[in-house]
Amino acid sequence: MTSLAWERRKGSAARLWRSYRSHRAGLYGLAGLAALALLALTAPLTVGADVQSVTHAPGTALEPPSARFPLGTDRFGRSLLGLLVWGARISLLVGLLAAVLSVAIGTLVGVLAGHYGGWFSTVVMRITDWFLVMPTLVLAIVLATVMSRSVWTVVLAIGVTSWPTTARLVRAQTIAVESRPYIERATALGGGHRHVMARHVLPNVMPLVLAQTTLGISAAILTEATLAFLGLGDPTVVSWGGMLQDAREAGAVSSGHWWYLAPPGIAIALVALAFTLCGRAVESVLNPRLGVGR
Amino acid sequence: MATADTPAGAVRAEPARTADGAPRTGASPGYLRHAAGKLGGALVSLLAVLVTSFFLFRIVPGDPVRTMTRGVPTSAEQLATLRRQFGLDQPLWQQFADYCAKALTGDLGTSFQFRAPVAELIAAKLPATLLLTGVAVVLYSALGLWLGTRSAWRHGGLGDKLNTGIALTLWSVPSFWLGLLLIIVFSVGAGPVPGLFPTGGMESGTGETGLAYVLDVGHHLVLPVVTLVAVGYAQTLLVMRSSLLDEMGGDYLTTARAKGLRDDDVRRRHAVPNALLPTVTMVFINLGHVAAGSILVETVFSWPGLGGLFYQALSVPDLPLVQGLFVVFAGAMILMNLIADLLYPLLDPRVGR
Repeated sequence: MTSLAWERRKGSAARLWRSYRSHRAGLYGLAGLAALALLALTAPLTVGADVQSVTHAPGTALEPPSARFPLGTDRFGRSLLGLLVWGARISLLVGLLAAVLSVAIGTLVGVLAGHYGGWFSTVVMRITDWFLVMPTLVLAIVLATVMSRSVWTVVLAIGVTSWPTTARLVRAQTIAVESRPYIERATALGGGHRHVMARHVLPNVMPLVLAQTTLGISAAILTEATLAFLGLGDPTVVSWGGMLQDAREAGAVSSGHWWYLAPPGIAIALVALAFTLCGRAVESVLNPRLGVGR
Repeated sequence: MATADTPAGAVRAEPARTADGAPRTGASPGYLRHAAGKLGGALVSLLAVLVTSFFLFRIVPGDPVRTMTRGVPTSAEQLATLRRQFGLDQPLWQQFADYCAKALTGDLGTSFQFRAPVAELIAAKLPATLLLTGVAVVLYSALGLWLGTRSAWRHGGLGDKLNTGIALTLWSVPSFWLGLLLIIVFSVGAGPVPGLFPTGGMESGTGETGLAYVLDVGHHLVLPVVTLVAVGYAQTLLVMRSSLLDEMGGDYLTTARAKGLRDDDVRRRHAVPNALLPTVTMVFINLGHVAAGSILVETVFSWPGLGGLFYQALSVPDLPLVQGLFVVFAGAMILMNLIADLLYPLLDPRVGR
């Protein structure tokens, strides 16, 4: 029984991949992400944690790009290229964790509300609607201000504020799945709430959840950069948003030091774009009527 | 961009439609019931926002009175007087009751930082934000609709790919970064480009009047608006594109073509009006988002609006002001959602009956 289910799942995953492959933009996004993940994972070998050190900075402050420092140095004399590579770790980590947290909350709320229905669903969806009308960024800023400055605060602030869209989508999908005859069969055979939700509903909403996560990561990376730029990030770690804040504080704008400012922004935009491309490709594989990608 | 919605997420924001296409009935009992329901929901949301904003900001660490008097030698008596003045010596529930009673009469408390009524501060900064976001939303909606229509009509072509590609790339750019870059290139001047536009603010403050003043404000408006438009138009474009693509398989378009209508007429008079519906809803929801979303652009360009005020208030932290702005931002969202909900059945008679 289980092996049959696994075969089926493997088959549908292969089908998903085959139709994903036909979306060229999605493939570019995936390739970009793979390269970036490799860069971030190997950062301890290529640049090393020393790159963050303010006291042992190798260069003088605010050097323009040169052979030794391809992107110049920051206001402490650290190599901007090294910081950029090191910053990828935090930006990706926070983006991933925040998106996973947000989608996990959304999926849990959506499945529960869709499965149980009744007054429970009404109350839960009322709360979801209320979160939906909250200005997300304002709420995240406020939460990040209220809590102590750390990476986890940022993850929490983004995750807790951005789940309602997922919850709504998952709830709709749950209701659609539960109206099918095989759910009736499962309950008739004695399947409890937990069995129906875990074995039937969850696998069916998983593709949607995957698309939401991919799209959520790009939003989370942008929000993380925004919070760091406003000075609400963890001051002890280097992130792309934090580099931009540093650049602004060092007066890069008025002195026209574009090489200090440009690379982190381009990096943020590229990563966010790559995740968006992947997410849209997954989405149009699931719902060809959307007509995106291609 | 700053809103957490993704372009593709917004695509699905379109409400479910019923299958029957009954004729338009204007203010039918069904519509009134729908409107009353939405209005009630909006009021509940507004109350919930008031409650949240009160309790959320009570967990801010630190004594606001001490923060306020930082650097100024203050005696214990003066501190006590200040506490009494701001009602901070009362028990929490009483503060809450006072706050609600006052909020209902439009009194949002007194700012710690500016020692002025919050409502007055907000009212003073509101026009600048309305000007900036209004111009930006009108421009990016128009741009998104136009490009989205073109993209969908010739979908799969080179123009479509370029259009969506550029829009998605700009959508991924952090707005504050784009703003800073524009300042470097066009205000400070980079290489051969001279400083064309002011670096920030809303006016030069040299006392122009009449047309000269309008031109001066317009000159200051260019870069912030360009930033907001560049980062924001992708959403309108994508929603318009996908809803037009949805319509394009419709039989009524084949009929229109069979009647011998020109391609332009088929698009403009038959396809686009139907595809506009979800997009119009989104424009309103965007209007609600953009007030809060302009926090960064206003901060970067020192625009004297609500977003800049919010940033200032946060750094103190100036509780009543942050609280008041939070209510205003959330209220704007609720209002715009309500307008979209009320408008939608009027535009599309299949909904909300």
